[in-house]
Formats: sequence, C-alpha cells, structure tokens
Amino acid sequence: MTTANHFVLSAVINGEQRDFLADERDSLLEALRERAGIRGPKEGCNNGNCGACSVLLDGRLVNSCLVMAAEVQGAEITTIEGIASPEGLDPIQQCFLEEAALQCGICTPGFIVATKALLEENPTPTEEEARFWLAGNLCRCTGYDKIIRAVLKAADQKGS
Amino acid sequence: MQALKYARAASVDEAVQMLRDGGPTAKVLAGGTDIIVLARERRRKVELFVDIKHIPETTGISYDSSNGLTIGAATPLYQIYGNSDVVRHYSALAQASHVIGGTAIQGRASLGGNLANSGPAGDSIPAQMALNGTALIAGPNGRREVPIVDFCTGPGQNVLGADEFIVSLHFPHPAAHSGSAWERFIPRNEMDIAVCNSATYLVLNGDVVTEARIALGAVGPKVFMVPTDALVGKPLTDETIAAAGEAAKATATPIDDMRGSVKQRKHLSDVLTQRTIRAAAERARG
Repeated sequence: MTTANHFVLSAVINGEQRDFLADERDSLLEALRERAGIRGPKEGCNNGNCGACSVLLDGRLVNSCLVMAAEVQGAEITTIEGIASPEGLDPIQQCFLEEAALQCGICTPGFIVATKALLEENPTPTEEEARFWLAGNLCRCTGYDKIIRAVLKAADQKGS
Repeated sequence: MQALKYARAASVDEAVQMLRDGGPTAKVLAGGTDIIVLARERRRKVELFVDIKHIPETTGISYDSSNGLTIGAATPLYQIYGNSDVVRHYSALAQASHVIGGTAIQGRASLGGNLANSGPAGDSIPAQMALNGTALIAGPNGRREVPIVDFCTGPGQNVLGADEFIVSLHFPHPAAHSGSAWERFIPRNEMDIAVCNSATYLVLNGDVVTEARIALGAVGPKVFMVPTDALVGKPLTDETIAAAGEAAKATATPIDDMRGSVKQRKHLSDVLTQRTIRAAAERARG
C-alpha cells in the first residue's frame, strides 16, 4: 500500500465555493466523482480519447481525466451539473432531448459540456465546425448525426 | 495512479531545483495530456509532478517583426492557433496546433510537451523544424539553446539531460516572400496519430526558390529534414516540385504498423511534401 497525500482542494465548482479533501494522486475526474460527489463527468477511456469526462476549467474545455486535481487549486470548474439554470434546462439539453441525441447517455454529459464551450466561442457554427470541435467526444450509440442536429438546433435557438 | 506528489514551480530556477531534489522520478508537468496517462498506466515511474505552467517564461506568446516569435513551452495549443501573428507568419505551426488531439486536448497540450515527448509522429515537430526553431533549455548547469532539428535523437529520445526542461521555443521572423504549410495524413480527420506528416517553409524570388526547409514525420525513427537540392536555386515548377517529392520519398525510412505500410508511407512522403511545397508557395506569393 502507498501512503495517501491528502490536501484541501478549494475551487468554485458550478458556481459554488467547495473545499474538500483530495489526494495528490487524484485526477480532477477522480476528485470530482469520488471526493466531491459530482458524478456527471464520466470515466470512459481515462486517457483523453473519449471526452466523457469533459468539464470546463476556467471556461476552457478540458478532459478532467488529464488534469491533476492539485492543478485546479483556486480554479473555476463547470460540469454537466452546472449547465442547467434554476429556471430549467439549458437550450442545449432541451435540444438533445428533442432530437433524441442520446441512447445510453454515458457520453452525453461530455457532449453537452463540450457544446456549451463551442457555442460560447462560436455561437453560429457550421456543421463542419461543430463536428470538428466535437471530434474528441465519442459516442458509440447514436452515430453522431442526431447529436450534430441537436447542437445546430441549439445554436439556432440561442441565436434567435 | 502511483503515489505521487504535486509541486507548482514559480520560477525556472525553482523548477530546476524541484527536479534535482526529486531525482529521476520527478517529471515536468505542462499540459499533462501525455505524462498523466503514462504515469497512470505505469509506463513511467513518477513520484513528483513539477508543474511549470505558472512560470511566466513558460507560458504565453510574444512576437515582433525584428525578434520573431517566442512561445512558452507550456503554452496551450489553442492560444497558438488563436494568435493572429502565428497564423499569419508561422502558418505551419498554427495548422499543426489546430489538429493535435481534439478541442479538449488543445486546451492543455503544448508545443514544448510535443517536442519533449519526441515521438516520431509528433505533429508539431515538422513545423517546428521547418520554421527553424530553437529550444531554450534550462537545467542545473544553466541555460542552453538547441536547434530543434538537433533536439530529437530517436523515438522518444532527445538531448534533454537530467533535471533539464524546455523553457520556450523561438522562431526567427520569416523572410519576405516566404510561406509555410503543414499537412498530415491519418485515416480519420481528427484524434489520431499521423501516418505521415510534413511541413515546408520556403522563400521565393520571383519564381525561383531561394531557400527551402522541408521536414517529414512518422516515416522514420524521428522527424527529419528532407534534402532540398532539387528545389533551391531553381524555378518552382511541376518538375522541381516532383523532384523534391522524390527526394522526400528517398529519404524516408518508415516501418509497417497498424496505421500504414512502408509502401503507403513512402508514397505519402512524396505526396505530402509536394502539397506542403505548393501551399507554402501560394502563401509566399500572397
């Protein structure tokens, strides 16, 4: 057995100041899921290929499995849990529902967070731009067309 | 994950000291998109991560028309292709940065990391070599500069000594009437390792090529420069471009693997070299 090196991780997660014990060995994904109880980000490949663990770190899309928890001290993090407003679902989430852009749902938190980042940076993406941006998010059920339809519909709605 | 500690260096000297104190199992952490996976899968023994992202010299981009371009080794890729000076004057670098991994990888991964990994297929390395870059390295014996063409010594191997790391990368200002371009071939358009990649920088005087730097990756044990005798001092024509492609093909020493055969990689060396020459020439004329 190896010794744990615990530290207090302080970060603003989904708009809320959180202070909790994490281990210096933890990835951000592990700290979120195992220590903070935020289980929206999913572990798919755990090596940066699938995007299921996508979160926003200081507004920038990252794979939380490729960030050490200790790196995010003082940072601002948004997970799928922080996408909806108290008034209801974000238009991106609503469009994913309406377009049936999910089946098993494991990839969905990552896709929605990645789409949030896309529309912040480029509110009117072309289909090609949307597909390029989301290339790091893998889905093994829908075949992507429904996802892209939902993304473009959300962009349309946000624009109007 | 292995039992490891994390330390954030505030200066280059502090990072060197942390690496020295940590010994061989202390590793530099920049974007982390490779080293975290290597540590997790126990392909590298890591007991300490020394985070260099908070050192002013290792992050950020500075450019001016007399000194050229300096990029902090840990600067994330999205800042590189998002920088209008890089896009305009160092096109090959912007192109490569835009397709390494996917969007989330580009939020973290860096040119310094790509170079330090020294993979034979490292996508930014041909661009760094074609643009005549220099790596500024810091270590226990102070600082030194190494031309990027001399940096990698084999697959995953390079000139970095114990406790040394790359601080920044410098690229001279491109000449008037010059252009650069980068291309790669992979089975899908994103998120894969190159079967072949190529970057070309060239300078034109009218139709005559006065200088050319062509680098090829994924077709040898390390990224290498292609001889340009077929091109330099000659007019840029279909024949001279084809001859440069032949030279690339002749220099390539690829292996067969699951991504491509020797024959395909030889062919791609020719094709991509010709394409990057044409694209760079178009930019040189524009």
